Amino acid sequence: MKLAIVTAGLTQPSSTRLLADRLAEAVRRRLEERGEAVDVRVVELRELAVDIAGAFVAGFPNARLRTAIEEVTRADGLIAVTPIFSGSYSGLFKSFFDVIDNAALEGKPVLVAATGGTVRHSLALEHALRPLFAYLRAVVVPTAVYAASEDWGGGGDAFTDGLGARVTRAAGELAGLLEHRAPRRDDAEEVVPFEQQLAALRPADGKVR
Amino acid sequence: MQFGIFSVGDVTTDPTTGRTPSEHERIKAMVTIALKAEEVGLDVFATGEHHNPPFVPSSPTTMLGYVAARTERLTLSTATTLITTNDPVKIAEDFAMLQHLADGRVDLMMGRGNTGPVYPWFGQDIRQGIPLAIENYALLHRLWREDVVDWEGRFRTPLQGFTSTPRPLDGVPPFVWHGSIRSPEIAEQAAYYGDGFFANNIFWPKEHFMRLINLYRERYAHYGHGTPEQAIVGLGGQVFMRRNSQDAVREFRPYFDNAPVYGHGPSLEEFTAETPLTVGSPQQVIDRTLQFREHFGDYQRQLFLMDHAGLPLKTVLEQLDLLGEEVVPVLREEFAKGRPAEVPGAPTHASLVAAANSAASVTA
Repeated sequence: MKLAIVTAGLTQPSSTRLLADRLAEAVRRRLEERGEAVDVRVVELRELAVDIAGAFVAGFPNARLRTAIEEVTRADGLIAVTPIFSGSYSGLFKSFFDVIDNAALEGKPVLVAATGGTVRHSLALEHALRPLFAYLRAVVVPTAVYAASEDWGGGGDAFTDGLGARVTRAAGELAGLLEHRAPRRDDAEEVVPFEQQLAALRPADGKVR
Repeated sequence: MQFGIFSVGDVTTDPTTGRTPSEHERIKAMVTIALKAEEVGLDVFATGEHHNPPFVPSSPTTMLGYVAARTERLTLSTATTLITTNDPVKIAEDFAMLQHLADGRVDLMMGRGNTGPVYPWFGQDIRQGIPLAIENYALLHRLWREDVVDWEGRFRTPLQGFTSTPRPLDGVPPFVWHGSIRSPEIAEQAAYYGDGFFANNIFWPKEHFMRLINLYRERYAHYGHGTPEQAIVGLGGQVFMRRNSQDAVREFRPYFDNAPVYGHGPSLEEFTAETPLTVGSPQQVIDRTLQFREHFGDYQRQLFLMDHAGLPLKTVLEQLDLLGEEVVPVLREEFAKGRPAEVPGAPTHASLVAAANSAASVTA
């Protein structure tokens, strides 16, 4: 089973990548426990930043970016992690999904996660990332994981699970979807036969012409 | 196999001098370029159609009619004629008239157009692009083949007892190509009618166009027009040449870097690696163009984009000298080698008349 990780962290090492790795590891463990071999591919958007900008200007992705896009569109499941900038996903994160065909992620199980300096931005996952993947008709798991700076040092409290527990819960949800996934559609060109295209345009009054 | 050029007709500032030609200069330059194409032995000149600045060719049959009067052998074509926003009745009339004036040296390429506002300016909706292309062409196809047409569709006022005049020359409509950058529906349309399919081949990597052309070839055979190898394929290409390849790169780079479509993006080196753009010596252009056959199969028409991005007319004419004198003669010879006998050449008025006559004698 193929699992793609898209991470939009900018520093090296980045806490965004760290969160992505923890999620990937948790999903892999859950699936392997059930006897599924998991192939994890990581797409670091930082390394593709110039290629992504070039794709906007040229109108097509170059070979390097095409390879990354294929890793994502051909995966069975996706973990997408971004830093929160100005109250939303980073521009680089959005740009990557903008250069992917808007039907290419249809039905794909996705776990969304984000990092930020303050826990006050955690709902960006719900008001920015979840609608983005809803538009792309992907299936986003219920738990979205936000890691603020303090999450790396503390556990949960009386009202919230700690980061570890949220990672485990989200990973379980994604693994559950992947176990029951429908077979992935292949990339073959689909053609609507021409007569059918013509017939769809005939006036509907039933008169013979 | 046919070789020619296609022009977008953009008015673009020359980035090396800051000079912008007037519309009048650009229109006259396009005509000069078309005449030069015949002079250097090319087969085809095709003009774009646009209805917004900075493009000048809004009235292709006017321009092509003028070129027809001043040439003898050149085939006049379009790249592309907007089948979505033009009235198919007017296309039928305009191009039949042009066909008579040019004694049959006319074909045309259908395209949808990708400039959003042009659709509403002509009373249409870009979201209906594919249905418009399908319905309008279905009508055009009948107007050229049936003397009296009764018709009703979604997008145009109905016709009762309509005859499009003049009737096509010798009763044979101009050959039609369908151009598409990304739509399998258009490849399917071209295959259904047994028309040609043209892949712009310029702005995307070849793998993308290989998929479309393979689909077209397969469906062409499915509809009984011949084998997949006999389907009528045209390709675009884009080159800039100097005898010394370093000179070509040095001279073309500022035009590339500032080009309206892809400028300020990938480097010239990256773009030449990713797309069929070739900047170098005539030999490099020959080698690269010959590779097209390996990717797309034996094909019928090769058009080059030569006059864009603000290149001055003088430079374009020098490019056409190199293309006509050094590149195309070698390409003709090399493409002919190993080409299976059953793969047809590009249809011409003469070949279509001959085909119609032999079909008629079989029927009789």
